[in-house]
Amino acid sequence: MIDVTAEAAPEAAASERVAAAADDDLLLLRQMLLLRAYDERAVTLQRQGRLSAYPMFWGEEGIQAGALAAVRESDWLFPTYRQNALPVLRGAPPEQVLSYFNGDPRGLLDPRRYACAPQCVPVATQIPHAVGWAWGRANAGSDDVAVVFFGDGATSEGDFHEGVNLAGVLRAPVVLLCTNNGWAISTPVARQTAAKAIVDKAAGYGIVGVQVDGFDARAVRDVVAVAAERARAGAGPTLVEATCYRIGPHATADDPARYRDPAVAETWRAHEPVARLADSLLARGLLTEDELELERANAHARMVEASERLAAQGPVDRRRLIEHVHVEPPPLLEAQLGGRTA
Amino acid sequence: MSFRALERAGVERAADTAVTMVEALQQALDDALERDPQVLLLGEDIGRNGGVFRVTDGLQLRHGAQRVLDMPIAEAGTVGLAVGLCLAGYRPVVEIQFDSFSYPALEQIATHVARYRWRTNGAVAMRMVIRLPFGGGVRAPELHSDSPEALFCHLPGLRVLCPSTPADAFELLGWAIASDDPVIFMEPKRLYRGTRMPLPGAQPGEGPPGARIVCSGTDVTLVSYGASVPTCAAAAEALAAEGISIELVDLRSLWPLDSETVLDSVRRTHRCLIVHEAPQSCGVGAELAALVGEHALHDLHAPPLRVVGPDAPFPLFALEDDYLPSAERVATAARRLVGF
Repeated sequence: MIDVTAEAAPEAAASERVAAAADDDLLLLRQMLLLRAYDERAVTLQRQGRLSAYPMFWGEEGIQAGALAAVRESDWLFPTYRQNALPVLRGAPPEQVLSYFNGDPRGLLDPRRYACAPQCVPVATQIPHAVGWAWGRANAGSDDVAVVFFGDGATSEGDFHEGVNLAGVLRAPVVLLCTNNGWAISTPVARQTAAKAIVDKAAGYGIVGVQVDGFDARAVRDVVAVAAERARAGAGPTLVEATCYRIGPHATADDPARYRDPAVAETWRAHEPVARLADSLLARGLLTEDELELERANAHARMVEASERLAAQGPVDRRRLIEHVHVEPPPLLEAQLGGRTA
Repeated sequence: MSFRALERAGVERAADTAVTMVEALQQALDDALERDPQVLLLGEDIGRNGGVFRVTDGLQLRHGAQRVLDMPIAEAGTVGLAVGLCLAGYRPVVEIQFDSFSYPALEQIATHVARYRWRTNGAVAMRMVIRLPFGGGVRAPELHSDSPEALFCHLPGLRVLCPSTPADAFELLGWAIASDDPVIFMEPKRLYRGTRMPLPGAQPGEGPPGARIVCSGTDVTLVSYGASVPTCAAAAEALAAEGISIELVDLRSLWPLDSETVLDSVRRTHRCLIVHEAPQSCGVGAELAALVGEHALHDLHAPPLRVVGPDAPFPLFALEDDYLPSAERVATAARRLVGF
């Protein structure tokens, strides 16, 4: 693995570099703990009947927080529903993000505020968006880059092909980050593609491809950092395949026992990224058990407070039915809101 | 040679030079590129080739390959790219080469172009125009003659415009590009080069475009749009000779409909005949008939009638004249209404 920290500061004393890397790792762990607490809280709220169907991302915190740690605040993110908490890492109130899963339009965020596109529901369709945004920003003289998230299942979609092909043709500054967790609901990756690895597809588009252990948050961060800097420097897109395993179900309504052996999924728990990074920091003496417990408790408390604010939200204004469909609601929509047809 | 090419050759265009619809569209695009640096054109073969219908002829040369972009054959990707460009503050104008080639892009249009403003609580606008040469009558191969406008009218969030003259093409496209709502811009390719007329002033018109009364009359309101408008005009002329007075309304906006103009006309003539070449069922005509039925029933002397395409795929062109509404079919239906 390339030590980007060492490359970035060759003049610093070795001990300072180690300290800086340790700080980075601690911040990374804190973000991952926040994601873990959010995800577990969301599942709890769903089980309590306070949220509707929720797509959990337990075990993918390292890919998400790792990628975010590798880019600037002005670099745009293009998530799917499984990266729904990314805006929280950029300061969005968790209760606002969670309210989306409560069917509340106030859970729809302003993408400009968090440099993050809305979580994309139609699989793979966000890929050309990221390419267009990235090319457009570069064309305007900016060196911002885009990171687009998608899963192994998305690589079977036409929009993956068209989007990645366009990224290559336009040399768009975009990091194409595939979370290969092995499953698209019940469909294993072997049923998605005959390719040995998702990353092999990069060659067909004439772009660089890198495979990384998606359970290793630091490795993801370093690989995405290199890809982002390549993009920033005008060297074009990179397809990053972060391999992991979908330890949980697809979403709260899914029962994986119908299609896979639960015992196999359980064996993957030993690899999950939060404990892996925490254990490494503990072993290196950069973190104590007490500090770790405090971080966990803080993250949990934040999410409990957020769910209380979520419960306190008032009803949605009925006018929202027709608002924001157009610049101004055309007279017909006003009439329809009043039960008329013209 | 287009007038744009003539200008490049140093020939000044007089203000009253009569132009075709292709030239009018080209002028509107040229003006928009000139006026607003955020305007970009995207499409297949639109650069050096100037588009298969030559609408973008010379525009890449004039504005550069960074503003007039040749795209791979990827309609979904291109429209998706345009969504991203809107997020980055641009106003992309996408040319889809032919009507039916919009089908691969339908997912992007339905799930993103039409909904992004709504999905972001109004924070991000899809300031995008998708130009769609459409319709039959040009002896084209299969899947080059469809009229899919009703599909787009049925997707909340879009506006759907359709000119029938060079002057309207110029004015409506200018308005569409300046609009903050996404616009599906239906271009009746059969009328691309049929007639010439001088263009109106350079600025896009104020407010969303409404319907235009092509000719006033007292006996029957003909409501139509696109390539069927001249067909209706021909029918109106023939009927005038028989003493039947036709009021011809060119919708220009297929969604939203200018219901006021349509209803006002129907209330005066008491009869309504709707003409389009798209298939009958759930088409724009069905919406118009419902509108008239719901809001002008007691003004009607006869039920609203439609002269439209059958609910069958657009035929191979040996049969296209049987598919398309003809002036004769329109006139027959109008006589039926008057004699009801």
